[in-house]
Amino acid sequence: MATIQVDIVSAEQEIFSGEAEMVFAPAVLGEVGIAPGHTPLVTALAPGEVRVQQKNGEEAGFYVSGGMLEVQPEVVTVLSDTAMRAEDLDEAAVLKAKEEAEQQLHDRDAQIEYATALAQNAEAVAQLQAIRRMRQRNGRG
Amino acid sequence: MAAGKEIRTKIASVKNTQKITKAMEMVAASKMRKAQERMRMARPYADKIRNVIAHLGAANPEYKHPYLVARAEVKRVGLVIISTDRGLCGGLNSNLYREVLGRMKDWDDAGVGIDLSIIGNKAVAYFRRLGANIVAQTTHIGDAPGLDTLIGAIKVMLDAYLAEDIDEVHLVSNQFVNSMTQRSTVEQLIPVQSLGDEDLKHYWDYIYEPDAREVLDQLLRRYVESLIYQAVVENIACEQAARMVAMKSASDNAGTLIEELQLIYNKARQAAITQEISEIVGGAAAV
Repeated sequence: MATIQVDIVSAEQEIFSGEAEMVFAPAVLGEVGIAPGHTPLVTALAPGEVRVQQKNGEEAGFYVSGGMLEVQPEVVTVLSDTAMRAEDLDEAAVLKAKEEAEQQLHDRDAQIEYATALAQNAEAVAQLQAIRRMRQRNGRG
Repeated sequence: MAAGKEIRTKIASVKNTQKITKAMEMVAASKMRKAQERMRMARPYADKIRNVIAHLGAANPEYKHPYLVARAEVKRVGLVIISTDRGLCGGLNSNLYREVLGRMKDWDDAGVGIDLSIIGNKAVAYFRRLGANIVAQTTHIGDAPGLDTLIGAIKVMLDAYLAEDIDEVHLVSNQFVNSMTQRSTVEQLIPVQSLGDEDLKHYWDYIYEPDAREVLDQLLRRYVESLIYQAVVENIACEQAARMVAMKSASDNAGTLIEELQLIYNKARQAAITQEISEIVGGAAAV
């Protein structure tokens, strides 16, 4: 029987890669079954289980909390989300990041003293370089 | 032998410091390997997503997503700055600040406003002291951050871009060249500049569910997120590498210091003994 290459990846790691006879995935408009030679398709995934029917008859299941499914006639790619993604959850993360930034922030519109900052930085970097050179001269490090 | 005791105490204290720096060096080395591994593991996702976006773009030339269109006039830019949470990592952060301050000055001179979204403690403290406009921050990301910890800081920038509050988003981070070298970079994130030279001689005309816009929108958002995630993981590898090198030289320096102190101690002891002998001999001769 024909097989189809399946790759399941998340932003953090590769989860599965191998041949399959059939793949089932929880698309947003209902579960889809992908057999080899399926017409090209791109769809968003709902939270659920991606099932991969392997050649030896075994079935492997992977939970995805959402993501994208891309189908080409011989390759299926699941771009899985690892984190729970929902608009309100994302919104909460945004608020948290903003709040953290707003805490203790006194003068938001203050002008940056670029000259001073650059000078301070140049000094710090120069010190480091001097130390490195000194160490090289002493023939160690 | 008052001086001798002082030197001995000093040697003991330097030895203790050396133990700490040695331990930190070894911890950093092992963490660096793990971070590099994570860097490697994150790569397939970005490659695959870039591939799909390239196909989509080729198949739908009529729909231009805002992330792909450069704006004629840039009035305000957003910077996503990635730094470390902790210090003792050599000049890693200083070099990054120098790089980004140079760019910020150019923008400032051109009358372009700057918003910052910062990941990592160190840059937060630094840019707050400078009085920069920090709109979002994420700190205490740990050694193995998940994408979910970064979403807040990223989405602030993406939302601001879509709302046309800012016209470009740049990513500031360190690139891992090898364990001795890290390079500070400022890269344009949005508008997405190039999606690589994918081989697109034939592309698929996909079926889209729910529709092409929705799909492209989600894909691009995840693409940008994955780029930032990768940069964060890479920056952690840089941090550990820089710390490893810094701690190695600190240990070496402590070693030299101990040698020098030991020499001084031996000399002082020898001098004391010689003096004692001469005193005894002098005393015996007088009797």
